[in-house]
Amino acid sequence: MSEAVVEDVLTGDHDDHAGHGEGHHDMTPVRKAAMWVFLGSECMFFGALISTFLLYRNATADGPGPAEVFDIPFTSASSFILLMSSLTMVLAHHANHNRDMRQARVWLLATAGLGATFLAGQIFEFTEFVQNGLSLSTSPFGSSFFLLTGFHGMHVAIGVLMLLAMYVMSLNGRLNDEEGMNVELVGLYWHFVDIVWIVIFTVVYLLQV
Amino acid sequence: MAVATTEVQLTSTGPSGLWSWLTTVDHKRIGLLYGISALVFFIVGGLEAFFVRLQLSGANGTVLSADAYNQLFTMHGLTMVFLVVMPLGAAFTNYLLPIMIGARDVAFPRLNAFSYWVFFFGGVLLYTSFVVGGGPDGGWFGYAPLSIEITEVVRMDYWALGLQFLGVGSIAASANFIATILTMRAPGMTLMRMPVFIWMALVTAFLLIFSLPIIGVGLFQVFFDRNFGTLFYVSYAQGDPLLWQHLFWLFGHPEVYILILPAMGIVSEVLPTFSRKPLFGYSFVVFAGIAIGFQGFGVWSHHMFTSGMGPIAEAGFATSTMLIAVPTGIKIFNWIGTTWDGVLRFKTPMLFSLGFIAMFVIGGLSGVTHAIVPADTQQHDSYYVVAHFHYVLFGGALFGFVAGVYYWFPKFTGRMMSETLGKWHFWLMLAGFNLTFAPMHILGLNGMPRRTYRYPEGLGWEFWNGIATLGSAVIAISGLVFIWNLIKSRKHGEIAGPDPWDGRTLEWTISSPPPVHNFDEVPIVQHRDDFWHQKYTEDDDGYLVELEPVSGGTAVLTGPEDHGDERKEIHMPSPSYYPILSALGLAISSIGLIYQPVGFIITAVGMMVALWGLFGWAIEPSQREPYYV
Ligand SMILES: [Cu+2]
Repeated sequence: MSEAVVEDVLTGDHDDHAGHGEGHHDMTPVRKAAMWVFLGSECMFFGALISTFLLYRNATADGPGPAEVFDIPFTSASSFILLMSSLTMVLAHHANHNRDMRQARVWLLATAGLGATFLAGQIFEFTEFVQNGLSLSTSPFGSSFFLLTGFHGMHVAIGVLMLLAMYVMSLNGRLNDEEGMNVELVGLYWHFVDIVWIVIFTVVYLLQV
Repeated sequence: MAVATTEVQLTSTGPSGLWSWLTTVDHKRIGLLYGISALVFFIVGGLEAFFVRLQLSGANGTVLSADAYNQLFTMHGLTMVFLVVMPLGAAFTNYLLPIMIGARDVAFPRLNAFSYWVFFFGGVLLYTSFVVGGGPDGGWFGYAPLSIEITEVVRMDYWALGLQFLGVGSIAASANFIATILTMRAPGMTLMRMPVFIWMALVTAFLLIFSLPIIGVGLFQVFFDRNFGTLFYVSYAQGDPLLWQHLFWLFGHPEVYILILPAMGIVSEVLPTFSRKPLFGYSFVVFAGIAIGFQGFGVWSHHMFTSGMGPIAEAGFATSTMLIAVPTGIKIFNWIGTTWDGVLRFKTPMLFSLGFIAMFVIGGLSGVTHAIVPADTQQHDSYYVVAHFHYVLFGGALFGFVAGVYYWFPKFTGRMMSETLGKWHFWLMLAGFNLTFAPMHILGLNGMPRRTYRYPEGLGWEFWNGIATLGSAVIAISGLVFIWNLIKSRKHGEIAGPDPWDGRTLEWTISSPPPVHNFDEVPIVQHRDDFWHQKYTEDDDGYLVELEPVSGGTAVLTGPEDHGDERKEIHMPSPSYYPILSALGLAISSIGLIYQPVGFIITAVGMMVALWGLFGWAIEPSQREPYYV
């Protein structure tokens, strides 16, 4: 949480915020508070999925186990791509902060592109696994692997959609108006999704072999 | 529009008509929607329980078949937990939170409407199941593998989706409440000046935020097992049904505090008002609430003492369960301390609050006996457990919420509820409640199992079961008195005025019902119980001295001020049909998931509706034209 928000929260001694009817006001701290809370909720969501995976990592039934299906170099590469997208997200935020909208647009698109590349890699990986005999219904290992990584992929996809939406909004000059989406918030979300992937990559892929 | 006007405007809550309710984003109306929904579901859930009691009133009951019995006890539990007590918490929080902290609305009014409609469709989904092949019948807890076994019958699919919906609605509402409490308090309203009800709402919101995603994952797993061939809970394929119990109770135990904390908050507002004393040990009550929030995540396995976890885990969870009784006990002593030496007025809200304390103590004590593993092993799955959780959730939470209804009904409607009917309601409910549930302690200790649709003669269970059924009839009568009181008072109750109880908190400074924008001027808060300090001070001996109403100082008391030309510009959110549209789209699309493969067409249509709703939501302006007071 940003310092300003924390200070507001602790002292209660702050200017009027939204809803107090004092004309225009900065909704950013309010939205950021809500986003942090939402991400807290997401932590528990992925925590439960990861716990399930850890319980079932060896429950391979008659199907293949991690060592037989995982392609570590490939997934390392796609993980690196997703990590880089956090960097471009920071650059997009920075450019937007300086109101350099051309730059901001470039970095927004780059972030979305890197996210989409990661997703393409995931789709490729999933098809490979299915061909090698690991599907949702092969074993509890398969079920929990696909549920965990699938839900993460869904989060990346939603992030890509939001990035594209912000790109379109910036073309209409609506990116920084009070009501619209906000680069900072989407940035928070995006970094969170990246961090979750780092955990997944470590726990699911690296610790197996 | 002024606070101190004697004339009461009962229509000051904005436009009327069905459409205005479907599209409302006003936190007060959304609160009323939650409350009315809860009342309707309370009647339905109560009828379900009544049939269960009829079936059990004697040996070899013939009122219900085993199948119907399973559906009714499952839906009774689901209804009372998710569609009555939880929405009651949301109702009071929605209505009161912004007013009590001096704000005009919650942080995200349209998200708030969306939360309500997602809740609404969650309830609809659960009850749709009855229409398409019977209600959910695997218990509200839906233990795997039973809940994944019979996939030809879609009952437990509706259960999984309905609960998922209710969870999503609650997470959205909680994020909204937390952001509102943390960032939108009136100037001077520091955290430690907030009403205890708001503190409890804050803790509850955090509990929801952190516990619901856990059961959300479990519900996805069950739904995938049922529909997409995953093997999470299929034991012959190395799936582990105990995982469900852990995920469910990691949510399920915090859930009991989600149900009780808002009621504790209400009681903490009612007792000081009717004792004419501040809450005894405010900070202890607050920190005890926070402690309950943290500890609530560390006790879940006390629901699983018979599952063979081993002595170390059992000892650990037994200890943590005993420890969580400490903050709860602190609160009870603080409430008693509040009434101690007070000038007590036994109005209906006060009676229900005192009833809450007494019943909750009984339920709490029987709860501590569950912490003792050998005793719990005997009590497990017996009627003793049924007695325990009804004492905390009915005798506790529901008594607290009913106290809240009597206390704030004048604020909601501008009219008082009948005290005579209120007292009838209280004594009938108290008597009926104890007649119904006290005998269940004995039945449980005599070995009567839960969730069993009939029992043979000669086990000595007939007498107490007969008493319990009689008691449930008394509860039903008390419910009728309550509903009659609500309907009658809504139309013909005495005019309340802004401050009928001589209240202490900000909601009593504005008209009843409040204007759409709550406050003409944002109040400036100088004390805990600020309104009380505007009305009273203490002399040297500690006796109350009434203050002359002064103008100036805190804006809220001053009534119609001459603003001259400087009239206040009020920005309020505009009504929107996109929240209900988005929620409807999500509901349609999830129904499609049950009926795959053809159902995917329904899912696609639903997704389109949802996207339409979300897209429209994103691009429409959120505020209407400003107006002036
Ligand atoms: Cu528990």
